[in-house]
Amino acid sequence: MSEERSQVAGSAGDEKLTPELVAFVEEWKPQPGNVIMVLHQVQEHFGYIPRSVAFEVAERLDVPVAKVYGVITFYHFFRMVRPGRHSIAVCMGTACYLKGGQDLINELEMLLGCSNGSVTDDGEFGIEAVRCIGCCGLAPVLTVDGEVFGNLTADDLPGILAQYRGK
Amino acid sequence: MTKLEINGIAVEVPEGTTILKAAELVGVKVPRLCYHEDCEPWGACGICVVKVEGSPKMVRACATPCGDGMQVTTHDTELYDVRRTVLQLILSRHPNECLSCARSGNCELQTLSEEFGIREFDFPKRLSELPIDRSTPSIEVNPVKCISCGRCAAVCQQMQGVWALEFLGRGDEMRIAPAADVQLNDSPCIKCGQCSAHCPVGAIYEKSDSKQVHVALADEEKYCVVQIAPAVRVAIGEAFGYESGEILTGKLYAALRRLGFKAVFDTNFSADLTIMEEGNEFLQRMKGDGPLPLITSCCPAWTDYMEKFASDFVPNFSTAKSPQQMMGAVAKTYYAESIGVKPENIFMVSIMPCTAKKYELTRTEDMYSTGYKDVDVVLTTRELSRMIKSAGVDFRNLPEEEADSILGTYAGAGTLFGVTGGVMEAALRTAVTLMTGKKLPKVEFEDVRGLEGVKEAALDVDGQEVRIAVAHTMSNIEQVLDKVRAAREKGEETPYHFIEVMACRGGCIGGGGQPHGATDEVRSMRIAGIYKDDEKSVVRCSHENPEIQRIYKDFLGEPLSEKAHQYLHTHYKSRPVYKLKD
Repeated sequence: MSEERSQVAGSAGDEKLTPELVAFVEEWKPQPGNVIMVLHQVQEHFGYIPRSVAFEVAERLDVPVAKVYGVITFYHFFRMVRPGRHSIAVCMGTACYLKGGQDLINELEMLLGCSNGSVTDDGEFGIEAVRCIGCCGLAPVLTVDGEVFGNLTADDLPGILAQYRGK
Repeated sequence: MTKLEINGIAVEVPEGTTILKAAELVGVKVPRLCYHEDCEPWGACGICVVKVEGSPKMVRACATPCGDGMQVTTHDTELYDVRRTVLQLILSRHPNECLSCARSGNCELQTLSEEFGIREFDFPKRLSELPIDRSTPSIEVNPVKCISCGRCAAVCQQMQGVWALEFLGRGDEMRIAPAADVQLNDSPCIKCGQCSAHCPVGAIYEKSDSKQVHVALADEEKYCVVQIAPAVRVAIGEAFGYESGEILTGKLYAALRRLGFKAVFDTNFSADLTIMEEGNEFLQRMKGDGPLPLITSCCPAWTDYMEKFASDFVPNFSTAKSPQQMMGAVAKTYYAESIGVKPENIFMVSIMPCTAKKYELTRTEDMYSTGYKDVDVVLTTRELSRMIKSAGVDFRNLPEEEADSILGTYAGAGTLFGVTGGVMEAALRTAVTLMTGKKLPKVEFEDVRGLEGVKEAALDVDGQEVRIAVAHTMSNIEQVLDKVRAAREKGEETPYHFIEVMACRGGCIGGGGQPHGATDEVRSMRIAGIYKDDEKSVVRCSHENPEIQRIYKDFLGEPLSEKAHQYLHTHYKSRPVYKLKD
């Protein structure tokens, strides 16, 4: 059945499982919980789960595509969009939320022309709201590629973006 | 056996019985929305909670097995309040659109709302903004009305093995939809409509085509003719207060004439025609001309499934069209000629228990064999019952009428197409007669009857063994196909010569377009109705039907003739499971 299930019209994308990932899939295939383990490994490798790979995982594990998508969409950890070259994570923990985290998101959306949870058309930046990142004293904070910026106002954002653009 | 007390009433049940089932045995109905006996319980809605003595929390009756000595309370003031709150929470995500809803009058949520005396809403409404999926010709999915009970997904996955629908996302963003952001028509969906038959509310429903029929009936240029599928006659009564299984063929003919159809035909006639073609196809293949097993192809949900999931069986499919399509083809040729009406003026409507039949109409170019669309519109049993009511036809007091010649007479075999095993039995009646050249001593083939998911038998036909298999409920088919595949790979003889498949449980009588509320009890009553219809038929075998003999004499020549191939046969091919956009 697996071969038939893989029949797809239209392009699912170009990315394919690497030989290492294929070996990982084969190792996990007989075990319970294999879908989630494989998806973790896939995201580790690609930084996200490309559609073509989601279909390939379904085929190789001999599970319906819908089941794989059920898992991917259930866990916030999994993403199906290629992340930006620079990842902006805006803290929406309680302290940051109260100190204007949403204002930062709104301003970023305006400056970058893409919405929270997505990536700019040129692939440069991705915006994501995250839970508390553990420096509430600096609220509101955001991180870019892991580097923390605190005590922010909307006016600080163009300068921060300029530091990363094109790098 | 497990002994327990439900509301103080002692009851003994087999081990593993759920509290919900045990309660039914003592005459207590625990309310439910997600639970359906066709699927394993998964406890999504929470309205079936009950109290168990000694348990600190309420448990879900649908998913909790009875325990020895259990003392269960199913109804008290506290449970009433909890259930009412659950109901109010569900209603906060459901629009108040009962007046324009396909399920108004038999919606399970509406019924509960009525029983709990809901007069106002405790919580503000928070409705989904997702669009209605109207991509298939068969069913529509409206996420705004969805109460996330998950029955549709359970049916699609467990019963049908199709996996077109799945829970996607989580929390208040959770939705039930096809994967990979495709619309239903680009998903694995086979259009069987079992989701629409099981949805407790109006979130999934048949695509309504009754307006087209009204327009055609009012058009003086059009010569409107109609055909009725076998399974419709034993189920439509449910919409008019009859018991399931009551045979209402004569009243249906009368009702359709009152709606304005100029001629009323019976799909049972063209089922007999299908048997003539398919039966002879089987004989040919048994003689070595063409691959075995031969597999039936009159169920369009099954052919869609096969083309997507099992296209290695394309050569095994019977090329004989389904009875619906055969009727369209001969109505616009043979019948049109006989009454001197141009085929383009004939408007053919078919009344089907099925939503996939709406898809079949335009499945391939072969569905236009007359040069026009062979069948113009399909109405499901549900749509027809609405149409009859809205036309002011007092169904219960209608006289019994006859179908119109020359496409109206049927043998008992034709009516059997409505049940699982029926196509096989009908085909065997004719094929075995043709193989032996002798009249059958007994026309009934009991082995293929009943609700068992896969039925197998080996017949001795004058010393030649004929091995058959019958599968229904789509998820049962893979085990049969796998047996054939295994033999094929090993180069062994095929385990079966002839396989019948119907996508829906019980066959067409349990179709996705039938009146709501099908359970195995209802299905069994409808099945009994079909067998009764067969028994009371004077002619039991398709090849003995005088109108069938006449159509071959006057029009088709003989089975599998060139003309028969032109109008009565079709082709299958591999199709993608998903159609993705870049």
